[in-house]
Amino acid sequence: MPELGKYAFEVVLAYGASIGLIAVLCGASVWRAKRVKTALRAVEARRDKS
Amino acid sequence: MSLWEYANPTKFMRLSGAVLPWVSALAAISIVSALYWGFFLTPEDFKQGSTVKIIFIHVPAAMIAINAWFMMLVTSLVWVIRRHHVSALAARASAPIGFVMTLIALITGAVWGQPMWGTWWAWDPRLTSFLILGLFYLGYMALWEAVENDDTAADLTSVLCLVGTVFAILSRYAVNFWNQGLHQGASVIRVDGVTGADTAEKVSNVYFYPLALSMLGFFLLFVALVLLRTRTEIRLRRMQALLARERVN
Amino acid sequence: MISLLIRDLRIATRAGGGAGLGLAFFLMVVILVPLGVGPETQLLARIAPGILWVGALLACLLTLDRIFALDFEDGTLDALVCAPVPLSGVVLVKSIAHWLVTGLPLTLISPLLGVLLNLPAEGYLWLMASLLPGTLSLSVIGAFGAALTVGVRRGGLLLSLLVLPLYVPTLVFGAECASSLMNFKDPLAPFIFLIVITLGALAFLPMAGAAALRANLR
Repeated sequence: MPELGKYAFEVVLAYGASIGLIAVLCGASVWRAKRVKTALRAVEARRDKS
Repeated sequence: MSLWEYANPTKFMRLSGAVLPWVSALAAISIVSALYWGFFLTPEDFKQGSTVKIIFIHVPAAMIAINAWFMMLVTSLVWVIRRHHVSALAARASAPIGFVMTLIALITGAVWGQPMWGTWWAWDPRLTSFLILGLFYLGYMALWEAVENDDTAADLTSVLCLVGTVFAILSRYAVNFWNQGLHQGASVIRVDGVTGADTAEKVSNVYFYPLALSMLGFFLLFVALVLLRTRTEIRLRRMQALLARERVN
Repeated sequence: MISLLIRDLRIATRAGGGAGLGLAFFLMVVILVPLGVGPETQLLARIAPGILWVGALLACLLTLDRIFALDFEDGTLDALVCAPVPLSGVVLVKSIAHWLVTGLPLTLISPLLGVLLNLPAEGYLWLMASLLPGTLSLSVIGAFGAALTVGVRRGGLLLSLLVLPLYVPTLVFGAECASSLMNFKDPLAPFIFLIVITLGALAFLPMAGAAALRANLR
């Protein structure tokens, strides 16, 4: 941990909030991508069977 | 062989599927190393103390927030003119990314402004126009969600994006006129080469290299996310089409 | 075109047409603000142009969804699309009709409400001068927003979300123009910007609105 001086709280808050938001965005995108992918695969499997 | 080949969803899926892992990995590597560099290895500024480290997130996020809108503008134009579905879906995919980046720029700006200017928020032109940009993103996404027919939604959001661009630029000038602000002008671009009287106001090289790396990282992250989200939208479309066919049979 | 204008005006002024609604809302806003911020005359005089402008904007917003909604429901809009007049002309006429029943009367009664807010004597001329073209551009921009959301059920909230950011430049220049004499600034510069925005909106937004209507009716 570097010496952040009297502004340590602000700097950590800014980094934390930003990284959190980016993580949420990436997580939501990946999660939705996975869900849609499996759903599409299920539909395609049903089509191939019939 | 031209760029328009990739407007074909199958070709786009194949290419983006091949490219996506590499772009994501590169984005992750460069963002992590840039932020590590910025957070742990840069010295404190003699005036701003350690808050100067916020720049490694603030500036790239603001850059992507504007570029995402620009991307929406271009892809909307392509949809209006050539009616490639991939283009409309890419516009849809980039809006949430732009909105989150606007949010990050505003939050880091507020956290940075509190110790430097003594206030979390000021009705400064740059801050105000970013807030308005955030509202534009919200309206754009809400319109996509609200319209049921996908092609109609693509048309309407494209028109909104075109008109919104003009009004966003107008708002920028309007708030500039309305209040001269606290925020300094862009100081990143005139970094290198110029050595003169205003050396103190420029971002020095110690900060510039990690900042440049961070900007690259955020850009790669944006590309990766747009590709991923566009792929999701294409799959969703295909699924809807298959489901509709199932219902008919 | 003229007959369409007359027809729209007649519907709006009919009982339940909603022409008085915007005016009444404007009046309410202007009465409620002093109740909220307190009766000090100096403070009220300082914020009077801003209140009147925001009130006018909200009153305009409130009545926007009526521009196309009724015609969309009963199928008149489909007929208008097929009619031998350009659709952008229809949008233009409808936004002017909206202005005639909300913006224009609002501008005309704004001096009366200025009295309520202790607006200084030198403010009246520029208040009216800025509201007159300003409300017209609000109507035209709003008609574009209404055209975008005409197919959306319960689109009122969405309409506000879309239109409010588009109102920013008009509001900034209009309020700046109305209050600049009191702040010892030149009102002419924001007034010219306001005129430019209004003319630009009149020239281009009806086309965008027509494109949105076509997409919605396809």
